[in-house]
Amino acid sequence: MGKIKVVHYVNQFAAGIGGEEMAHVTPELRDGTVGSGQAFNMAFGEEAEIVATVVCGDNYFSENLDKAKAEVLDMIKSKSPDVVIAGPAFNAGRYGFACGTVAEAVEVELGVPAFTGMFEENAGVEFKGKVVIVPTKNSAAGMRDAVAKMAPLAIKLGKGEKLGPAFMEGYMPGIRVNFFDNERGSKRAVDMLVKKLKGEEFVTEYPMPDFDRVEPNPAVKDLSKAKVALVTSGGIVPKGNPDRIESSSASKYGEYVIDGVMDLTEATYETAHGGYDPVYANLDADRVLPVDVMRDYEKEGKIGSLHGKFYTTTGNGTSVANSKAYSAEFAAKLKADGVDAVILTST
Amino acid sequence: MVKEIERAGIPVVHICTVVPISLTVGANRIVPAIAIPHPLGNPSLGKDEEKTLRRSLLDKALKALSTEVSGQTVFEN
Repeated sequence: MGKIKVVHYVNQFAAGIGGEEMAHVTPELRDGTVGSGQAFNMAFGEEAEIVATVVCGDNYFSENLDKAKAEVLDMIKSKSPDVVIAGPAFNAGRYGFACGTVAEAVEVELGVPAFTGMFEENAGVEFKGKVVIVPTKNSAAGMRDAVAKMAPLAIKLGKGEKLGPAFMEGYMPGIRVNFFDNERGSKRAVDMLVKKLKGEEFVTEYPMPDFDRVEPNPAVKDLSKAKVALVTSGGIVPKGNPDRIESSSASKYGEYVIDGVMDLTEATYETAHGGYDPVYANLDADRVLPVDVMRDYEKEGKIGSLHGKFYTTTGNGTSVANSKAYSAEFAAKLKADGVDAVILTST
Repeated sequence: MVKEIERAGIPVVHICTVVPISLTVGANRIVPAIAIPHPLGNPSLGKDEEKTLRRSLLDKALKALSTEVSGQTVFEN
């Protein structure tokens, strides 16, 4: 038997054609490897080889989904591969989506095994119940690691072998595979319990969902000495929204100085939030970001001081990944500025 | 946002209208607010009355910040 024939799907960036400015390029079939394909060939050794690469711009793919999918499939089909690798897409959302779409279409429409790799927060991860997705790092710096994980799967799939469960093969769980275990459930459960009691490693068969909880910090000992900051997801901004924070699906946050500001008024502040009736907040933004009362507390010595800046964004439709990224950024600033406590208001 | 602030090591209280969302998100110190378009106000009240109402909510927030909690806690009173 000759080498396993692999076709590789990559985007314009991975192919070295260009970045966003080249995302419109139409699908193109090239013989042999392009870009990262060489690394796969090295890992395959004598067992497999990338015979052709399909290159397609991410925007072209997502904006012309049906057409692009058909064109890409035709090109792949013309090379009669044993297996198709899409990506890896790392944390590129449109690329991840394209890889998931291509892998699924190759399996369903061509009956050829296909899989992809991407970062666990890539929006393309939604395909994990349909196609095998290998978890990768979040940027192309993780290529070596991705190739090391993906190449053995390509060989296995290219030989027509069935993959074992996700936790053994190293892909993301999502595809359910029924199999008969040698031991019955009660025995396996007791075995796990015994291992746990002995303090040995064991693998659960039903991992609990990851709620990503953060333990509460200790309480503030003496508020009268504390620097307290205000943060809001209610979109309060200086009148005119100088940084043009989006009214929904915000991509950024605002940082505004409030030194000397005693009260938010209709003339000076407003809300940029598009997810609630803005009338009341526009008339008096203290209803969302209570600067007036905080200044009273400051005067009375109930708190040490109100931090000189507040942080704001619009919380509607904003992705968890975005929100997490920029709040981590301003949280670090708050920490660096010696803030002892935060009051966060949400509409 | 609330979790990232907590993760950075700063105690944080979440004043929010929809408490179940705050619980799902994972805030540890929660003070229920008045209404979505005016969480810390009530336009049907007079200006002074409204500020008193706002202050009562912030009093709860300060109390929450100075109270040790071991898990998610809603400060109703």
